[in-house]
Amino acid sequence: MILLKLFLSFLQIGLFSIGGGYAALPLIQNQVVDVHGWLTLSEFVDVISIAEMTPGPIAVNSATFVGIKIAGVVGAIVATAGCILPSCVIVLLLAYLYQKYKKMTVMQGVLSGLRPTVVALIASAGASILLLALFDSESIALNDVDWQNVAITAAGIAALRIFDPNPIWVIGGAGAVGLFLYFLGNSSGLEKILLIGLAIVVLAGLGAFYFLRRRKQDGDKTNGA
Amino acid sequence: MEMKPQKNKLLKLFTSTMLISAFTFGGGYVIVPLMKKKFVDELHWLNEEETLDFVAIAQSSPGAVAVNASILLGYRIAGFPGALVAILGTILPPMVILSILSLFYMEFKESPAVNAVLGAMRAGVAAVIVNVVFSMGGNILAEKDVVSVVVMAAVFAAVYFFKVNIILVILLCAAIGIIRTYVRLRKEAGK
Repeated sequence: MILLKLFLSFLQIGLFSIGGGYAALPLIQNQVVDVHGWLTLSEFVDVISIAEMTPGPIAVNSATFVGIKIAGVVGAIVATAGCILPSCVIVLLLAYLYQKYKKMTVMQGVLSGLRPTVVALIASAGASILLLALFDSESIALNDVDWQNVAITAAGIAALRIFDPNPIWVIGGAGAVGLFLYFLGNSSGLEKILLIGLAIVVLAGLGAFYFLRRRKQDGDKTNGA
Repeated sequence: MEMKPQKNKLLKLFTSTMLISAFTFGGGYVIVPLMKKKFVDELHWLNEEETLDFVAIAQSSPGAVAVNASILLGYRIAGFPGALVAILGTILPPMVILSILSLFYMEFKESPAVNAVLGAMRAGVAAVIVNVVFSMGGNILAEKDVVSVVVMAAVFAAVYFFKVNIILVILLCAAIGIIRTYVRLRKEAGK
């Protein structure tokens, strides 16, 4: 019974949260806190901050969290299934229609008209993410610049432009730099030297790895030609 | 023998979507640079236009953008089984991570080391998304189509500064696309 309730509740969340992300928050709050009382309001706020700190859609994150709390792992699976079922049905239908009709002149017109729109939507999300990373707020506050993050962002953009790596390396690498600087700030003199030594070894290793791979790829290209 | 390439493709799709999902911090749009690199640049399974089409459709449908985009991607690459595999790859990382975290989420939330890592990762995500906006925006500018450029600037201003409803914006831009196609066809018929 509780599983069915979980399923139906997250089914509604999945069905009515168009636009994803924060559009889903009031719906989740209504179902989980107000209607069913599965979480208190402060637990719900915790879930949002955890969801922000972890990868993945906020709806899937909260479905897993609430499901586990109410009915263990089975609950998590049932709640997540409910949450993604409407997407699965509707988007699969749209995927079918897209593949079938994308060559039609009108569809071509609509889709090519939407491409600059989507780039602008990504840019808008990107502007929010950038401000949040550099100023720790959604507005520009010049007296509150996070210089460490400014440096990481600049280095990340430079690395993407020059080496064109998989972006996962940049995101993971930024996290590693953050951890390194955290430990560096919280260690004594000798530990600092050891940490810096370790960082140099890791960087040299990565550099050597990159160099060797690059040479191998160049070699493959020459052989292929 | 016939089955093998399909099986390999599904496996590759599964591992790729899982890796991408594990790094989609900061909202559904972050999936775009990750998807573009893996499926457009490395595997050549899609082109850049398709990635943008997927985002437009994913954004206009119910549910999470990242899940919707992975359904479209999976279906395009390997039909219905592909869609199932892509969904599974996309939801597994957040499910596993959240399941483990639910056991000790207060310690996680308040750990200064965790916050240091996540704060820095935010900067990494910012770099990745700024980079993809410049390369995709550059491609739109290179088409030298005035309407596209005006649409791009207007949509950015409407959504970022004026917080206009995104669904409304997409419907309006789709309508502009239909009108432009109609005008173009009329012109061609007139010649």
